[in-house]
Amino acid sequence: MASTITLAVTRYRPEEEAEPTVETYTVPFRKDWVVLDALNHIKDHQDGTLSYRWSCRMGVCGSCGMMVNGSPKLTCAAFLSDYAPGPVRVEPLQFFPIVRDLIVDIGEFLHKLKKVKPWIVRAEEQPLSEGEYLQTPDEVDAYKAFSMCINCMLCYSACPIVGLESHFTGPAAIALAQRYNLDSRDQGASGRVEILSDHEGMWGCTFVGDCSRVCPKNVDPAAAIQQYKLTTAVDTLKSWLLPRGSR
Amino acid sequence: MNGDMSGGAGLHHVGDGGMTRRAGLQPGHAYMRYHPKWYRRRMSVWWWLQKGSYAQFVLRELTSVAVAFFAFIFLWQVWALGQGPQAYAHVVARLGTPLAVVLSVVGFVLVLYHTVTWFNLAPAAMVVRVSGRRVPGWMVAAANYAAWVLLSAVVAWFFLGANQ
Amino acid sequence: MSLRYPLRDFHMDIFSCDVLVVGGGGAGLRAAIAAADAQPTLKIGVVSKVYPMRSHTVSAEGGAAAVIKTGDSLDEHAYDTISGGDWLSDQDAVEVFVREAPTEMLQMEHWGCPWNREPDGHVAVRPFGGMKVQRTWFAADKTGFHMLHTLFQTSLKYEQIQRFDEYFVTTLLVDEGRCEGVVAIELATGRVVAIAAKAVILCTGGCGKVFPFTTNASIKNGDGMALAYRAGVPLKDMEFVQYHPTGLPFTGILITEAARAEGGWMLNKDGYRYLQDYDLGKPEPKPVLRSMELGPRDRLSQAFVKEQEKGRTFEGPYGHYVHLDVRHLGQKLIDKKLPFVRELCLKYVNLDPVREMIPVRPVVHYMMGGVHTDINGATSLSGLYAAGEVACVSINGANRLGSNSLTELLVFGARAGRAAAAFTAEAPDASSSVATQAHDEEAHLERRFRQRDSVRSGETERIATLRTEMQGVMEQSAGIYRSAPTLEQGAAQLQSLQERLTRVGVDDRSYTFNTEITSLLELSYMLDLAEGIVHAALARTESRGSHQRTDHPDRDDQRFLAHSMVHRTSSGQPRIEYSPVTITRWPPGKRVYGR
Repeated sequence: MASTITLAVTRYRPEEEAEPTVETYTVPFRKDWVVLDALNHIKDHQDGTLSYRWSCRMGVCGSCGMMVNGSPKLTCAAFLSDYAPGPVRVEPLQFFPIVRDLIVDIGEFLHKLKKVKPWIVRAEEQPLSEGEYLQTPDEVDAYKAFSMCINCMLCYSACPIVGLESHFTGPAAIALAQRYNLDSRDQGASGRVEILSDHEGMWGCTFVGDCSRVCPKNVDPAAAIQQYKLTTAVDTLKSWLLPRGSR
Repeated sequence: MNGDMSGGAGLHHVGDGGMTRRAGLQPGHAYMRYHPKWYRRRMSVWWWLQKGSYAQFVLRELTSVAVAFFAFIFLWQVWALGQGPQAYAHVVARLGTPLAVVLSVVGFVLVLYHTVTWFNLAPAAMVVRVSGRRVPGWMVAAANYAAWVLLSAVVAWFFLGANQ
Repeated sequence: MSLRYPLRDFHMDIFSCDVLVVGGGGAGLRAAIAAADAQPTLKIGVVSKVYPMRSHTVSAEGGAAAVIKTGDSLDEHAYDTISGGDWLSDQDAVEVFVREAPTEMLQMEHWGCPWNREPDGHVAVRPFGGMKVQRTWFAADKTGFHMLHTLFQTSLKYEQIQRFDEYFVTTLLVDEGRCEGVVAIELATGRVVAIAAKAVILCTGGCGKVFPFTTNASIKNGDGMALAYRAGVPLKDMEFVQYHPTGLPFTGILITEAARAEGGWMLNKDGYRYLQDYDLGKPEPKPVLRSMELGPRDRLSQAFVKEQEKGRTFEGPYGHYVHLDVRHLGQKLIDKKLPFVRELCLKYVNLDPVREMIPVRPVVHYMMGGVHTDINGATSLSGLYAAGEVACVSINGANRLGSNSLTELLVFGARAGRAAAAFTAEAPDASSSVATQAHDEEAHLERRFRQRDSVRSGETERIATLRTEMQGVMEQSAGIYRSAPTLEQGAAQLQSLQERLTRVGVDDRSYTFNTEITSLLELSYMLDLAEGIVHAALARTESRGSHQRTDHPDRDDQRFLAHSMVHRTSSGQPRIEYSPVTITRWPPGKRVYGR
């Protein structure tokens, strides 16, 4: 087994260059190292100027998403051995503006997330003194998978619609809207439909399906969006066909 | 507004809700000279060739043209039927030309691709529950295929079997 | 390198708000929401060096304790907490904590946290280490993740909460004995800004990264502790560092205590449940509360060291380890209640806990100590509050019980938020000296980071070298077992590292997302705290909870039933004082487990 491996890392230094360049680094090749360990080795011992985000190194904070050999990955869970003998191509997440090196601007996502009202909406709050809202395990299961999103942005980086139409609300935000729609404690579905019914919302999705394939937490945002479309379409149909009282 | 200070948005000082007491933002300041200068990559026209799954998706969308083609043929036949036996015979004859046969075969392959890809995606879009439990995805897909085979058999029986 | 612009021409952006929360994790978001609910007209800022959903609360796994079931009582929760903390907890704080815990947890439920449920729809609870009754609410084994995202998403509906995402705080603005805001670097642009506030709440979490082997994320550098310490606020009980008994070797990834609570066994290399040799009870096939694997974390981690000394642990490339065995629980239970444990094992060590045993060893997990506060989160500096792991109220005493920390950040986050909101009513606007101070800080940062020789000039130090040495010193001197000689040596080594820190250069002069500068600032925070930990450990010549002195193996209530207070002297060196522990209803007794 080779004792070193090469990483071809995208650099972008806005103060110095007009567009990104590639810099190669050679790091020790260790079986239990992930791509993030290699980047840390570079930053600590070779080049302190390399910039990237990371935090938990256990696949739950969602900071360290990058393109590894062309696919969006959490670099803390991408083992070097899976890319041996290399070189391993490490790039910032695609379809996002690059701030610096491997850091992209995700500010837009935060606006989209807020837009879909990702919180429990109720006409009337039950006082805390009356205890919890009851929710059976089956009712939890109805939305649980969609609540597992860590906002790592891999799905945005996999979605060509995001790349073509930056205003598209996108997989994670719509999946989180659906997470609340399906929560038996929530009563905000009709408000969210209004927000998500335009072409920037759920109908912007053409069901490429790559968002679900790259999701590290098996959230399946593609399913969330299609289910959302289906219920919305059925509800609209009902509103046309059925008398007001029986909808 | 939440998040207005975040990321690139903060650079433009939009919507800070009156929180800022600005001592005077210097456009010439060292840090402002380069910002915002986020690098935006443009998508190539050939983006759909970048990945197998993208190409499959584009192909799936394009094959809807074949679906429209068959729908048109069908409507044409129905219209001819309404015009009388002579008109209908004329249409059938036109459909029997080598060009029409080739178009039909190619169209059939494309429609087959369209059908199969959509059937395989159906379980993602449809959550079917039987007595509270979610029906597994493969069963939803299988139900689609079963319905397809059944309907095809009925049609085949109607047009082929019933004539004998 | 000469400056492009003379300093006096710098014009800073000065933001102002009523309450400023530093840190966007569980405690910070809870505090922000509490302040917003208490006084809806207040402008509330949340400044964080990472996007809030990246905060380390996200990594908490097992659950959050609160009395809700019949057969449980507030007094029992209090007693478990106090005895678990080896009687160093302030009992008035613990009583407040257990009383407000259920309401806070119900509030989380109302905000949408996906708690595991009983078949009838009520919230389910699970057993946890050191708890005599099942009272730990859980969302599978991703409780912290779900709580953080629930809080973050809920916070989005408050228009008056404005976030400063990815702003790194470099100093507190203090004038005439009052905290009036912070100076921060906007990471994306390098812009130095002042954020003036009538009240500041520190919610920056712990400082596990002062140690080499920790469950803590890379961002856990004790920023808030160091900011307060440098502003003259004492740090309390810093010598108490919790080792979690079950981390994965090499990565330090946490394998939740819930794995043991659900029935997992700790086995040495002979396949023997060794905890029975350490006064923790008899092995039973089913988990028994406050016994064996469900003993407190300090005792379990200490037992590991003893096993290692007896040569009964495995030896691997990343040190000694033992086995955590959950195979007998079966795939169904593991997938339902411990899915993250399975996911982490499969993804990071390529083994399936359904069929294989998990290698584990003790790993630094939590700081019982922190910024000294009262039960409202108020520090000794007017206008400055703290809550969560950064603070020491103290409910955790000498050893925190698992599943008390998530509840703590809710209870005391909310209390601090309300107290800070109330404080703003009487507080005058920030003084004019804020701008001057902020300019001084900006000039200081500019001089420090952009006029230095590069490390490539050969005479300067590298950040990583110093950080690694500091972590090594801490493990050697302030690990699970400590003694005067190693602590004294550690203190001396840390002092020399402080001197070397001034020679660290940076390669990166960019204004855009300069993570080398922030790494260096974080290292300087950590070194201050490392010194505090070592000096406090040296001064406490007794053994209590997580602080075990081989040269003073017994608890000494005569002298040390007291909180240590680390003050920063003008020379930068720590000075240790003591303040009494509040005892209300539970006089100090013997910690008994398994009997």
